[in-house]
Amino acid sequence: MSAWETVIGLEIHAQLATRSKIFSGSATAYGAPPNAQANLVDLGYPGVLPVLNAEVVRMAVKLGLAINGRIAPRSVFARKNYFYPDLPKGYQISQYELPIVANGALDIELEDGGKKRIGITRAHLEEDAGKSLHEGLPGVTGIDLNRAGTPLVEIVSEPDLRSAREAVAYMKKVHTLVRYLEICDGNMQEGSFRCDANVSVRKIGAQEFGTRAEIKNLNSFRYIERAINFEVGRQIELIEAGGKVVQETRLYDPDKGETRSMRSKEEANDYRYFPDPDLLPVVLEEKFIASVRASLPELPDQKAARFVSQYTLSGYDAAVLTASRELADYYESVVREVPQEPKLAANWVMGELAAALNKENLEVAAGKMPAARLAGLLARIMDQTISGKIAKEVFEAMWSDGASADAVIAHKGLRQITDTAAIERVIDEVMAQSPGQLADYRAGKDKLFGFFVGQVMKATGGKANPAQVNELLLRKLRG
Amino acid sequence: MSDLHGSTLTQLAAGLRARKFSSVELVTALLARIERAQGSLNAFISVTREPALAAAAAADRALAAGSGGALTGVPIAHKDIFCTQGVRTTAGSRILENFVSPYDATVVAKLKGAGAVMLGKTNMDEFAMGSSNENSYFGPVRNPWNPSLVPGGSSGGSAAAVAARLIPGATATDTGGSIRQPAALCGITGLKPTYGRVSRYGMIAFASSLDQAGTLTASAADAALMLREMAGFDSNDSTSVDTPVPDYVAALEQPLAGLKVGLLQEFFDKGLDRENERRVREALQVYERLGAKLSVVSLPNLPLSVPVYYVVAPAECSSNLARFDGVRFGHRCENPRDLTDLYRRSRGEGFGAEVKRRIMTGTYVLSAGYYDAYYLKAQRVRQLISADFTRAFQDVDVLMGPTTPTPAFALGAKTADPITMYLNDIYTIGANLAGLPAVSVPCGFVQDLPVGLQIVGPHFSEARILGVAHALQRATDWHTRLPPGYA
Repeated sequence: MSAWETVIGLEIHAQLATRSKIFSGSATAYGAPPNAQANLVDLGYPGVLPVLNAEVVRMAVKLGLAINGRIAPRSVFARKNYFYPDLPKGYQISQYELPIVANGALDIELEDGGKKRIGITRAHLEEDAGKSLHEGLPGVTGIDLNRAGTPLVEIVSEPDLRSAREAVAYMKKVHTLVRYLEICDGNMQEGSFRCDANVSVRKIGAQEFGTRAEIKNLNSFRYIERAINFEVGRQIELIEAGGKVVQETRLYDPDKGETRSMRSKEEANDYRYFPDPDLLPVVLEEKFIASVRASLPELPDQKAARFVSQYTLSGYDAAVLTASRELADYYESVVREVPQEPKLAANWVMGELAAALNKENLEVAAGKMPAARLAGLLARIMDQTISGKIAKEVFEAMWSDGASADAVIAHKGLRQITDTAAIERVIDEVMAQSPGQLADYRAGKDKLFGFFVGQVMKATGGKANPAQVNELLLRKLRG
Repeated sequence: MSDLHGSTLTQLAAGLRARKFSSVELVTALLARIERAQGSLNAFISVTREPALAAAAAADRALAAGSGGALTGVPIAHKDIFCTQGVRTTAGSRILENFVSPYDATVVAKLKGAGAVMLGKTNMDEFAMGSSNENSYFGPVRNPWNPSLVPGGSSGGSAAAVAARLIPGATATDTGGSIRQPAALCGITGLKPTYGRVSRYGMIAFASSLDQAGTLTASAADAALMLREMAGFDSNDSTSVDTPVPDYVAALEQPLAGLKVGLLQEFFDKGLDRENERRVREALQVYERLGAKLSVVSLPNLPLSVPVYYVVAPAECSSNLARFDGVRFGHRCENPRDLTDLYRRSRGEGFGAEVKRRIMTGTYVLSAGYYDAYYLKAQRVRQLISADFTRAFQDVDVLMGPTTPTPAFALGAKTADPITMYLNDIYTIGANLAGLPAVSVPCGFVQDLPVGLQIVGPHFSEARILGVAHALQRATDWHTRLPPGYA
C-alpha cells in the first residue's frame, strides 16, 4: 500500500437556498408531489425562455469571496447538450469557459494538527435536472421535474487531496462554509449537498497523475470516505495485477460498499457546449461585489481564531465549536452569561450537551436547551451550589423536564453541603461506624482514605463539597 | 362590405373606430376570403373561425362603448411559430401537429391586448427553416402572383395571406430573411426589427441569437402601427432590450432631404438578376428625387454571411430542437421499445428533411474537435460583419440594396440543391447576424412578379427606416398593386 499515493479532486454540488429556481419562478421547496413545482419553463415547453434569478448570482459571489476566489467581471452561461428524460430541454444550462468564480482556496485541518491548503479551480452556476422515478411504477419510468431548474453551485477542487480522510475534511469544510454563508441548507439526505470524486493513484514520487475514475453522486461523508477507500484499493489491486485503470464514471453502492462502472470514456457524451444565446453574460460591477463583501458574516476560520484569542480555547475546541454557525452562536450566548468561565462553557457545550443532542439526533438550534438555561447550570457550579458531578445529574433532569437548574436543585435537594460543622458530623459518624478501617488506616494503610471519602459522599448523597471532605477527613483521620 | 379587404390595416383600424363597419362584418368577410383561397394558396394551417367571431363581437362592444386599443377589432393572423393559448401551434412540423399551447406568446398577448382579432395561424417552413415554404409538413404555400411559384419563406403563409389580402397584417419571424424575402417575393412590406426590440417569449426558437419577430403588411404605415403594439421590453425574455418604444406611426412623415443612403456594393453582385437590379435602381432614383444623397458603401465581410449563418443557425437549432423528444409533448412514436427507440423514432418521424439536415449540421459544428474550426470561427466572422455595418453607419443613415437576387421561383426549382436555396437569403442574412432592423418594400415588377427593395438601419432605427420606406410608398404605388384574382 505504502508505495502508492492517492490523488483526489472533488466536484461539490451545493443547492443554493433560493426560494425560486435559477431560471424560473417555480418554488424550490423539497418534498412537493411530483411535478407540482414545475412550470412551463422547467418543463422546457416550446417558446419559453430562461430568466436568471439575481439572488443566485449574489450567493455565488458570496461563496467566491469567502474562498478568496476571483469573481469574474463577466461570466457566461453555456448549454451542455445531452438527451435524458429528466432533462427537459435536452440541454443543461451551466457555465463552462467563463465561470463566475475561479482560483479560490480553503485550508483544511489535518489529523496531525497541521493545515493544508486545498485549491479550488472554479465554482460555477448551473441548473439541476429532474429525476426519474421507478418505485411503484412497474414497467414504466416516471419523471419528476420538481428539481429541474433548482440552482446549484458546482465547486471544483484542484487534485490536491491525498486521502479519503482529507477529502472528507475538505467536504466538511465546504459544508460548514456554505451554511455559514446561508447559501445552502447543507441537507445531504435531500441531496442539497453532494459530490463527485475524481480518484486516481500513482507511485509515490511520480510526476504524472494516474488515470482517474469519477465516482458520482456521493451524498454522505461516510460514503465519500468508504467509496474513495474502496476505489483506491481497487485501482491499486488492478495495477499491481498488471491491469490498467480506465477513465470512466463509477457509482458507489452503499449496500455492498463498492463502486461499479457506469459508463466508460468512449460512451461518454460529447456535450457540445456553447454559450446560451437566451441569456446575457453576467456582468458584475466592482460596486456590487463590494456590497456583497460587506454583507459577509464572520467566516468559520476567522471565528475559530477569535475563539482561541478571546476565550483562550484550544485550537481543537475552537474548531469544534465553530463547525456550525448555530453552535458557535449558542456557545457565545452561554459565555455571555458566564464570562469568567469560557473553558467550562466549552466543556459543557461540547460534552454533555453535544452528547444529549447526538443521542436524540437534534441540532442545537432545535431549542431543547436554551443557552440561558445551560448558563444557569454553569453558574451553580461556579458558585459551588453544586459539584461538577452533581451538575451532570442536574443536567439530565433539565434535559428531560425542560426545567431550570435552580428548580431541579431545589426539587431534588441537591444543594451542595459546604457547612464545615455538618460535614464534620458526618465524618464523625462514618469513623464511628468503621473502627476496623480506622485502625488499619492509622496503622499506615493510606489507601483506605478513598474508602472514607466514599462513605462520606454516600452518606451525604454526593452533596458534600469534595474539596472540603478531603481536607476535613485528612485532619480527622490523623486523629 | 365586399371591398373591405382592399383597405390597409391603418384604414381598417380607423374605419372600425369611426364605426363605419363592424369588426364582425370585417372578420366574416375575411374568413370567407381565407376559406375560398385556402385550396389555392394553402396560406393557413389553422383558421380559428369561432373564437375570431367571438373576439370580433367583443371588439364591437368595446368600440360601441368607446373603449378599446389601437387595433381593436382589426383582424390579423399569426405565423404558426407563435404560441397561442388553447390553439394548435405547429411550427409547420409534424412533431407539433397536435400541440395546443397552454400559453400565449408575448407578441400574441400584446396584440390581443391592443384589441387585434386573430383569424388563424399561417403556414410556414418547418421550424422557420426554409426560403420557399416547401418545407412545411402542412404542404407548400403558393404565391398569389402565380400559383406555380413559391411565396418565399419561411413566413410564406403570412406573406401570401397579406399579398392576397386575406388578412391586412400578419406576424412573422425573421432569422435569416424569413420576413423580408417572402415580402419581396409577394410584393408586400416586411419588417424585421432590431434584435431585442420585440420579445421572443413564446416564439418557438429556431436560432435564438438571430430570431426576431416582425410584421408582414401592405404598407410601411401598417408595419408602424403593428410594431408600436408589439415592441417593448419583456421580463420573460432576457435578450429583449429595455429601451422606450417610440410612436412609429407619428414618426412616419420624415423629410428625406439630406438623407445619406449607402448602396451596398456587395449586394449588386453577379448573382443579382439584371431586371431585378433595374427595379431596385429605379427606386433609388426615386429617393434621389426626394432629396436623398446616394453613395456606394462596401462591407467587405458581408459575402461571408451565408457560410457564417449556416454554421451559427444550425448550431443553435440543434440545441433548441432537442426538447422535441416525444417525452412531454408533441409527436411520440407508437410502442417505443426503449428510450433510444423513443427518441429515434419520435424525432425521425416528427422532423422533416431540412430540419434534420440542420440538426445534423449543427451537431457537427459544435462537436469536440470541430467547435473551434466552425462555430468559434463563425462567431468571429460574425463580429467582423457587425463591425462592417457599424463602420458603414458612421457615414450613412441607411443602407439599401435588393432584398433577393431574383423574383419568385418555381415550386421544386431549388429543393434538390440546398445550397442554391440557401443563396436566396444572401442579401438578408447580414442584418440578422448584426441584429439590425431592416425592411423590404415593393419597388416594381419583373415579368409581373414583384421585386423588393431592402432598407437596413442602425440598431433601434425602426422609426427611421419605416419613415424612409413610407416616403417611397408616398411616391410610388407598387405596394398597392394586388395579384390578379385577389383584387
